[in-house]
Amino acid sequence: MYQAIVFLPLLGAILAGIIALAGARARHSGYIDMHGHDDYGAAHAHGGGASHGDAAVAHAAHDDHAAHEPAAAGSRAAELITSTLLVVPAILSWIAFFQVGFGGQEARIPVLPWIHSGDLVIDWSLRIDSLTAVMLVVVTTVSALVHIYSIGYMHEDPNRPRFMGYLSLFTFAMLMLVTADDLVQLFFGWEGVGLASYLLIGFWYQRPSANAAAIKAFVVNRIGDFGFGLGIFAVFAATGAVNFDTVFSQAPALVGKTMHFLSWEIDTLTVICLLLFMGAMGKSAQFLLHTWLPDAMEGPTPVSALIHAATMVTAGVFMVARLSPLFELSPTALTVVTFIGATTAFFAATVGLVQNDIKRVIAYSTCSQLGYMFVAMGVGAYSVGMFHLFTHAFFKALLFLGSGSVIMAMHHEQDMRHMGGLKNRIPVTYWMMVIGTLALTGFPLTAGYFSKDAIIEAAYAGKNSMAIYGFVMTVVAAGLTSFYSWRLIFMTFHGEPHDREHYEHAHESPLVVTVPLGILAVGALAAGFVFKDYFAGHGVEHFFREALKFADGNHVLEEMHHTPALIAWMPTVMMVLGFLVAYQFYIRRPDIPVEFARQHDVLYRFLLNKWYFDEIYDVLIVRPSLWLGRLFWKGGDGRVIDGLGPDGVSARVIDITRSAMRLQTGYLYHYAFAMLIGLAAFVTWFTFAGQH
Amino acid sequence: MTAAFPFPAIVPAVPELMLAIGGVILLMVGAFRGDRVAPVINGLAIALLILVAITVLYLPPGTLTTFGGSFVVDDFARFLKVVALLSSAVAIAMSTDYFAAVNHEPFEYPVLIILSTLGMLMLVSANDLIALYLGLELMSLALYVLAAFHRVSARSSEAGLKYFVLGALSSGMYLYGASLVYGFTGTVSFDGIAHATLQTSGIGLIFGLVFIFAGFCFKISAVPFHMWTPDVYEGAPTPVTAFFSAAPKVAGMGMVMRGAIDAFPNVVDQWQQILVFVAIASMALGSFAAIGQRNFKRLMAYSAIAHMGFALVGLAAGTEEGVRGVLVYITIYVTMTLGAFAAITAMRRDGRIVEDVADLAGLARTSPAMAFWLAMLMFSLAGIPPLAGFFAKFYVFLAAIKAGLYTLAVIGVLTSVVGAYYYLAVVKVMYFDEPAKPLEKMAYELKIVLTVAAALNILFFLYPGPLLESAALAAKSLFE
Repeated sequence: MYQAIVFLPLLGAILAGIIALAGARARHSGYIDMHGHDDYGAAHAHGGGASHGDAAVAHAAHDDHAAHEPAAAGSRAAELITSTLLVVPAILSWIAFFQVGFGGQEARIPVLPWIHSGDLVIDWSLRIDSLTAVMLVVVTTVSALVHIYSIGYMHEDPNRPRFMGYLSLFTFAMLMLVTADDLVQLFFGWEGVGLASYLLIGFWYQRPSANAAAIKAFVVNRIGDFGFGLGIFAVFAATGAVNFDTVFSQAPALVGKTMHFLSWEIDTLTVICLLLFMGAMGKSAQFLLHTWLPDAMEGPTPVSALIHAATMVTAGVFMVARLSPLFELSPTALTVVTFIGATTAFFAATVGLVQNDIKRVIAYSTCSQLGYMFVAMGVGAYSVGMFHLFTHAFFKALLFLGSGSVIMAMHHEQDMRHMGGLKNRIPVTYWMMVIGTLALTGFPLTAGYFSKDAIIEAAYAGKNSMAIYGFVMTVVAAGLTSFYSWRLIFMTFHGEPHDREHYEHAHESPLVVTVPLGILAVGALAAGFVFKDYFAGHGVEHFFREALKFADGNHVLEEMHHTPALIAWMPTVMMVLGFLVAYQFYIRRPDIPVEFARQHDVLYRFLLNKWYFDEIYDVLIVRPSLWLGRLFWKGGDGRVIDGLGPDGVSARVIDITRSAMRLQTGYLYHYAFAMLIGLAAFVTWFTFAGQH
Repeated sequence: MTAAFPFPAIVPAVPELMLAIGGVILLMVGAFRGDRVAPVINGLAIALLILVAITVLYLPPGTLTTFGGSFVVDDFARFLKVVALLSSAVAIAMSTDYFAAVNHEPFEYPVLIILSTLGMLMLVSANDLIALYLGLELMSLALYVLAAFHRVSARSSEAGLKYFVLGALSSGMYLYGASLVYGFTGTVSFDGIAHATLQTSGIGLIFGLVFIFAGFCFKISAVPFHMWTPDVYEGAPTPVTAFFSAAPKVAGMGMVMRGAIDAFPNVVDQWQQILVFVAIASMALGSFAAIGQRNFKRLMAYSAIAHMGFALVGLAAGTEEGVRGVLVYITIYVTMTLGAFAAITAMRRDGRIVEDVADLAGLARTSPAMAFWLAMLMFSLAGIPPLAGFFAKFYVFLAAIKAGLYTLAVIGVLTSVVGAYYYLAVVKVMYFDEPAKPLEKMAYELKIVLTVAAALNILFFLYPGPLLESAALAAKSLFE
């Protein structure tokens, strides 16, 4: 069964890939107008909001997959194959979820021997425990729904087989990641999702901005992966193994030991955990390494929902949970995790307040929510973090797919300032988005209410030195979340339509789009209530058993239930406050935000430009790197290596050739002269030197 | 009672006699019948050359000497004679189509080749300085005439005149050197010279050696006595150039080897220094200067200079193995150069003769077979394994390394890298450039020469035994 779950998506990816290749070959002769996308994007870049520095950037990010080309042959077949091959694993995953979580049927399923080299033994096997089961459910369910949704969303795109193939490939890689039984396999899946993410962000490769975003995502992730790689090496150096079981069993013996790292003697476990966490920061877009995530919205919206909200970006959280036996032994690392998570939660929420692109708002929201999860991890409440991961997958995928539906209705308009009043035109989408928003903001009894409040309580109950910082930040962020979420709803669905033409043509999406929305909405409403006990209550021990490790002194799950009532109600109060402010700003007095932004221009610009992170990185890292690269390219490779090497040699050869040819004058007396000179040279040589 | 000058044994010289008499008869036939019989004389000349080659093989075995020791037939001489005879025969075969195309089919052409070949046979058998000079002049005089053969063409006449004047100069150098050597040793016989230099070798003798080697180097167009080569190659009619590039080089190499090994075995150090310098200069100049050439014949001239340099690397080693390497080299070189010239001779477009490399543009598409065979020959000339040209270089470099001439071997390898450029450039023009107007169809005899030459080069590595063994035997006989 587990093999089926993992490998059916791979099969789907391969089949779709074959169809895509065959289609591309068949079409190659009649290749027409690959630049259609560019033109479309340019036509849409109307000048509204020219006062904002990044308005043009935001506009360029439209989902514009207008069909100038006929669809590839076999598109329908590819869609059906890949979707079917994901619906089946999704169903199986739910069965597995109950079997493993409640039936206790954990498993290790060997697949292949992989690397055997000296002490390094890596076998490819599937590790199935409750943690995996949760991830399986999240990944396959969301992926299956996104596949189905894509049939509707991408129906105008000519390259659907390729798209579906990439989606399935991503799903396979993600499943490899969550079923990993050792660090190297985890890394394999890790890189696999990175690759799929790169391919999907750059799916519309005719668009320069999409290519740039894809490269950015890849490069930024490379930084994190560098740390991850070093972490794996450090683990192997410290324990001589990369297999989880072995590593975990040896970990307690490492406490208090130090290792030599960058000429310092540092606590071994802290080094390992921090290096591994660096990988998590990259993949989960945490503060400092977050810049790629908003740009990744260049990809098609289903991709954003699947990869950049529900699954891949949570890989970092999953990793920390998986490695809880290590992190639990390093309080320093946990403190750092808390700090980074809390900072991200707050930072991303502030940026989300002022964004105008509907997808970017949700992207920053995702970033912020990931910060919440890391706060939970940092204070030792791993199951709570996983709980939020679980519920977040539902409502964030719902929000993304809902926004995709809006974008479709608006003919690939993504700027919220051009929307408005859509409530009546697309009521189904509207209600789905409202449900998603309720869940995200933590409206009582929705999924987010249970998981997010649990995180905030856990942060309050947490023991490490950053816990209280985490608590404050997450509470503030809860208010901000509520504000920007409702701002999104109000700007999009309420008020007066700002773009009459689009408004008139707006239409509700087809069933393949709305049905997945409905299913996710059910999850967004019910997932918290149903599973709260197993993730955040008294069932944790029974549900997760050995999958998560809580140190002896870690009673955070117990203590979080004894927080004062005032603290427990704090997030709800913040949620209501956020809602009221948003209502005031965008329904009752729409002129306030404009006025407010004008009065606090500096702050507004600071937020709108995302704390100027891209600009700072550009100056500090990108430009010096390019300068250095150009120096090596032009100076090092071009001038020194080529110049003294191939180019220089061939130039000298030409010179010699030229002078050799000049000797051949055609004059007889020159020739005779040369002969006599040669003769004279020999005679001279032997007269003075050659004679022994 | 025995006479003071007994009648010499003529058996060792039978091939030369046959060639001399046959040549005179053919000349008579031509003189009385006129140019009409040129095709017949061509055929007969080829038959005669092949017949003589067979006769050479069927001479009594072992080393034969006659004419008072000035004429020697050993395995070394047999080997080179057969190669020279066969390449002369091929050169005649390659000429018919060309001369038919220029409406000038002279019967003197095959006769001159026969006379020149006679000179070569005498040259490789010569065992004293006088006999050597006789062979050298007999060969060269015919070559001077052949170079200027297309007498209505200014270029051809110029080529002949240049060759003649410089050739006379080189003959003078040789004779001056010979007289010096005679003056210091009191003999012209190789054995006598070797004997006389056993004890002493004064500076005067070395001067003589230098002058003699200058004369040798002129014939094999080694730097700095090569200057005539590009002009003569370009100016002479193409079949003549083809002939120049093959048989005279064989004989010239034979002459150098016998002179160096047999006459001056006790001054090895000295002639080794000369040869090392000449080899390096030839390889370098041949490789570098060829890069700038557009005319294919001129390119082949520099190629010849470079290849003579490579061959001399083997001789510079001064060992039996080195001599074997040179023999293998020169034989393989003859097949390569004749094949390449078969293609060059066939280069005609709209009845006009074209000679530039650029005229081969896109040949792979207009006549793929010719392009393929020529490309193979170019690879072989460049020395790319597993073609024969690679093994040719391999054996001479091997000999040089065993003799401790590392610098020479390394320079040889480096210059062959430079040389590879212009051979590959020809292939590139044929295969990757836009096709020019197609060339005329190749005559069948040229096609055969090209195909056989290329096939020999491609397949040599499968069955190298016969050539390597006979070359080894020949080299051995030279050292006995």
